[in-house]
Parts: sequence; C-alpha cells; structure tokens
Amino acid sequence: MAVTTDQASGVGELSLSRPSPDSLLLRFSGSWTIATKPPSLDTVRAEISGGTPVKRIAFDTQDLQAWDSSLLAFVVGIDRLCEAEKIEADAAGLPDGVRSLLKLAAAVPPTDARSEKASLGFLAQAGQEAIGMVQALGELISFQGEMAVAMGQALRRKARYQGSDVLLYMQEAGAQALPIVSLISFLVGLILAFVGAQQLELFGAEIFVANLVGIGMAREMAAIMTGIIMAGRTGAAYAAQLGTMQVNEEIDALSTFGLKPMEFLVLPRYLALVAMMPLLCLYSILMGIFGGFIVAVFMLDLTSTLYFEQLVKSLTLTQIIIGVVKAAIYGAIVAEAGCMRGIQCGRSASAVGEAATSAVVLAITMIIVANGVIDVLLYAVGI
Amino acid sequence: MTEQDAGQAEPAAATAGAIGPDDAIVVRDVELRYGDLLIQSKLTFTVKRGEIFVLMGGSGCGKTTVMRTLAGLKEPAQGQVFLDGTSFWEAPSDEQEQLKRKCGVVYQSGALWSSLTLAENIALPLQTYTDLDAKEILELAKLKLALVGLAGYEDFYPSEISGGMRKRAGVARGLALDPEFLMFDEPSAGLDPITSSRLDDLILDLRDSLGATMIMVTHELPSIFTVADNSVYLDNVSKTMIAAGDPKRLVTECPDPKVRAFLTRGGKEKAA
Repeated sequence: MAVTTDQASGVGELSLSRPSPDSLLLRFSGSWTIATKPPSLDTVRAEISGGTPVKRIAFDTQDLQAWDSSLLAFVVGIDRLCEAEKIEADAAGLPDGVRSLLKLAAAVPPTDARSEKASLGFLAQAGQEAIGMVQALGELISFQGEMAVAMGQALRRKARYQGSDVLLYMQEAGAQALPIVSLISFLVGLILAFVGAQQLELFGAEIFVANLVGIGMAREMAAIMTGIIMAGRTGAAYAAQLGTMQVNEEIDALSTFGLKPMEFLVLPRYLALVAMMPLLCLYSILMGIFGGFIVAVFMLDLTSTLYFEQLVKSLTLTQIIIGVVKAAIYGAIVAEAGCMRGIQCGRSASAVGEAATSAVVLAITMIIVANGVIDVLLYAVGI
Repeated sequence: MTEQDAGQAEPAAATAGAIGPDDAIVVRDVELRYGDLLIQSKLTFTVKRGEIFVLMGGSGCGKTTVMRTLAGLKEPAQGQVFLDGTSFWEAPSDEQEQLKRKCGVVYQSGALWSSLTLAENIALPLQTYTDLDAKEILELAKLKLALVGLAGYEDFYPSEISGGMRKRAGVARGLALDPEFLMFDEPSAGLDPITSSRLDDLILDLRDSLGATMIMVTHELPSIFTVADNSVYLDNVSKTMIAAGDPKRLVTECPDPKVRAFLTRGGKEKAA
C-alpha cells in the first residue's frame, strides 16, 4: 500500500543539494509510488561521479506525500551505490516504515545457490537435451518392459484393474473420436484423389484414381492419419490425466495400497486404444474412399459403378490387413507415449502441459518411424 | 472492529451505520451460498485500517469463501461488502477492477505460476498495471523477494524451492502492487512450527512497516494469538458468526463455549 500523509499526492520528485562540499542531501517530495513512476537513480549517479567527491548521503522526506515500495527500491539502489563508491549513507531522514523494511530486506543475506534451469548456458542446455533424449529412449524401453510384464499379468488374469475402465476408455477412444476421424479421413481421401486426378488426367488414366485412393488409404494414410489424430487427441489426454494424478499424488496413493499404476492406470488405456485403433482405421479407409468417390464422380465424371468396380479390382484384403495391423501398432505407440509421459510427469501445472506436448511429439515421431520400418520390411518380403 | 467487543456477535442492524475513514473493509449482513447450499449468513463486521483481522472457525465453515468474497472473487447472495468505502458488488466493473488491484491475495498453496521464475511471478502484475520499465520492475521484484527472505532466488522456478519458501514467495507476489489489503488463506498450513512462526513474524513486520490491512484465514492457534488484532468466529452449524473480537480476550471472555473450546483446542490447551 502507499503510505500517505494528509496532503494530496503529486508526482514523485527528487532534488539534490550540497549542505557541505562532501555531502549530498536527497530531498524527496510528492508521491513516490509505483503508479506515478518515480525518478531514476541516474541523477544521483551523475552527481556523485561528476562533481566534488561525496563522502556522505542524507535523506530529507519532510515533503514526501506518499510512498510505497518504489521509494524503497530507490533507497536500496542508493545503498548499493554508496557501498560501491564507499559513501556513508545516513538513513535517519527516511520514514520509519522505510527503515524497518530496509532492515527486513537485509535480514536474510542473498543465497549463493543458482537455479539449475536458469543458470545453464547454451552448450550445457544442448548437452542436457542430448542426454535427455538418450534417457528418454532408455525410459521408453524400460516402459515397454514394464508394459510387457503388465500384459503378461493381464493374460494370466492376474492384473489388477477395473474392467469398466476399459469400456469407458474404449468409448472415449472409439465412438467419441468418430467425428474428427470422419472429417480428416474424408478430406485426406478427397485430397489424394484431387492431386492424383490432375496427374492421371494427363495420361487419360483418371480411372486409376480409385486405385490411388483405395490402396493409399488402406495401406498407409488411414492408419497414419488415425494414429496422428489419436496422438493429439487421446495420447495428450492420457498424459494430462496421469500427469494431473501425479501432481495430486494419486499415483503414490495407488502404490501405497499395492496397486501397480502400470496395471491399474496404463493397462486399461492401452487395451482400449489397441482395440479401437483397427476399427477406427477401417472406418477411416471407408471415409477416405468416400472422399475419393466425390472427386471421381463430380470432378472426373466417372460413374459410381466404374469407381467401385476399379476399387474392388485394385484393393486386396492383404492391403486392408496391413493397414489395420499398422493401426493397432500405432495405437500401442500412442497409448504408451501418453501414459509414459503422464507417469513421468513432474509435480507442477507446467509439467502437465510439458507431459502432454511431449507425449504428442513422441507418439507422432514414433508412428512415422514405425511406418517407415514396417514399409521397408513389407517391401523386403514382397508384400 | 470497534462495534463489537469481545463476545457474541451482534445483529446486523446494531452495527450498520456510516463508514468511517478508518474503516478499511465493512461487511454488512452478507449471506454466502453455492447454489442452494448456504455457507454463511448474517455476517456483519468491520476491519479497521492497519489491522490484522482473522477469520477463524472449524474446517468447512466457509472461511475461505468469506475471504474470496472480500477479495472480489465470489459474489455474496445478499448483503454488501465495502472496500475503501465503496460497495464492491454494486460498483461498475471498471471500479471493481480498480478495487481488486488494491487487494493482494496469498493463496494456501502459494499458487505461484509454475512456468515463471519467482521474479517473473512478481513482475507480471507490475508489467500489466504500471508504466515502470523492465529494469525498475526487476529491482522491485528483487526487493520484494528480499523482504520475504528470498534474496537471490529471483531466477528459481517454484518447483525448485521448498513449500515454506513457496509460501513466502506467494507473500512477495501478493505484495507486488503494494496492495492496501493483503489477504492470506491459511498461510501456516503445512509448515513446520518454526517456519510458521517466522511467517507470522514476517506478516507482523510487513503490517508494521507498510501499514497494510491484513485479513487472514486460519485455524492455527499459535498464529491466531500471535498476529490477530481482531477476529470473527464462523460456526459451521448455525452458519453464521457467533463471536467477534480480539482472540486473546475471546479465549476467556467469550460466553459461547464452542468458541472457547476452539481457542483452547477443546480445553486441552491453556489460554494464550
């Protein structure tokens, strides 16, 4: 608060005078508050460095109408200046409140400790990031191991989790994701057909738009797009849910009751997403084909019968199975990335945000890498 | 609170009257509800300028809700709250914003913004509401951290310091805009007795130096007896204040046995 006198307050002013050649008197008047932006220290600094050497600084606050911490900050600055220039500062003329606050501010000496986050230089930060990436890889492998153990327990019907949770997460990751999967998949099918049509028209091969869309969606795009959507939607949600539980010590509470977070929290989410992703992928394939159909019929003037005949000729069950299996793998990746980042979350609000972001980045990266590896393997075996 | 001597709270009509220049916060016949759920009613008390006023009572009686109402965060179902002579909930929104800036609130958990350093936590309101330049703001932030014994911790993030330090940093942030009214929600909760006692001393020092009016929500008896100039006791059965006055007097003079029992931990502790 601003400590005020009875007089109306004006803008804070500072005047300097020399009662004797080696002493400086600082006269404060008006209102020294943060709202009125008080004078800077530069005037005093210039007086000290410019004229006759000053050995003593005194204060006169008789005309001071109001003050708050801005006066205090100014006086602290003068104190520092006096210490640097070896000048005696006489605080007698300051208001009692200012003197007691100065005493309070000086009561605890500044710490020598440095913030770990703030004190790192660029190279150190880069190094720490690199170490962090290696550690993240290790954590991912370790998490995979724990997940495998939990799955083993589940298969032996020894895992402790609530079956109703699995159904709830299946609903969240399945039915509730349909609108966004519909929209994205339809647009991807539409774009594939549109781009393909422009090129195929050059050769009079518009009919092959059906092949492009069918095979493209079934083999690659449906699984990848569904994976990416679920990484942003469900993976981030898992990380945020588990991260918030970590902040609220709910995960510790589970552990103290002997319940394994990996079984109780991670397993239901993992099972739900792995079960739902192939279904979402199938749905995405259909929506993509529908998008391609719109372009084929309304842009390329193909008949719907021709489009579907060509589609059936080109699309094999193997290609659909490849897409569905990929989707199951991407589901596992998304669930693991989300749950792992959530479980590893720190204990602050920002840590939850970081966990969610990291889960999405990790899941998308892993999906793209996994897709590349799977495609190379399929090529090698001739599928 | 001059209207009420130590003892049972008086009805609203008895305390309603003109607001004097020394009356920092005046609460008149306030009723608080969450939907249909009644929290407290018939609250009438006055907080004098420069006073440390404690809202005390058992768990769940609505102390924090009352404090939120005084801070302009929760509108009462009925009644008036005067801050600096202005009826807060009847004031236009821009005047409400001005009044809110006069209030600093120190939350139970510190409620520091975790993505900002301690200095940035204090600097944010200064950047928003003053014309000070970055250097001046940093100096003020450093000063406020020094006032609460955290000199040198400017670059630390909330997650890097202890719970007691977070509370003190919360006080420093509460002081950011030099508020006229500083409100504390259970400042001693979760702190060891020594840290808690130091925090009480800090609150007293700040009040004595700055002359700010302080409202404190607490049920920590040592804190109540150390810092309180005045208080009200909120009862969670009758849903109203059943005592008002200096707790040091209430402990022996209050006719209500519930209040005496609260202030003596059920009679197990000698009166302070």
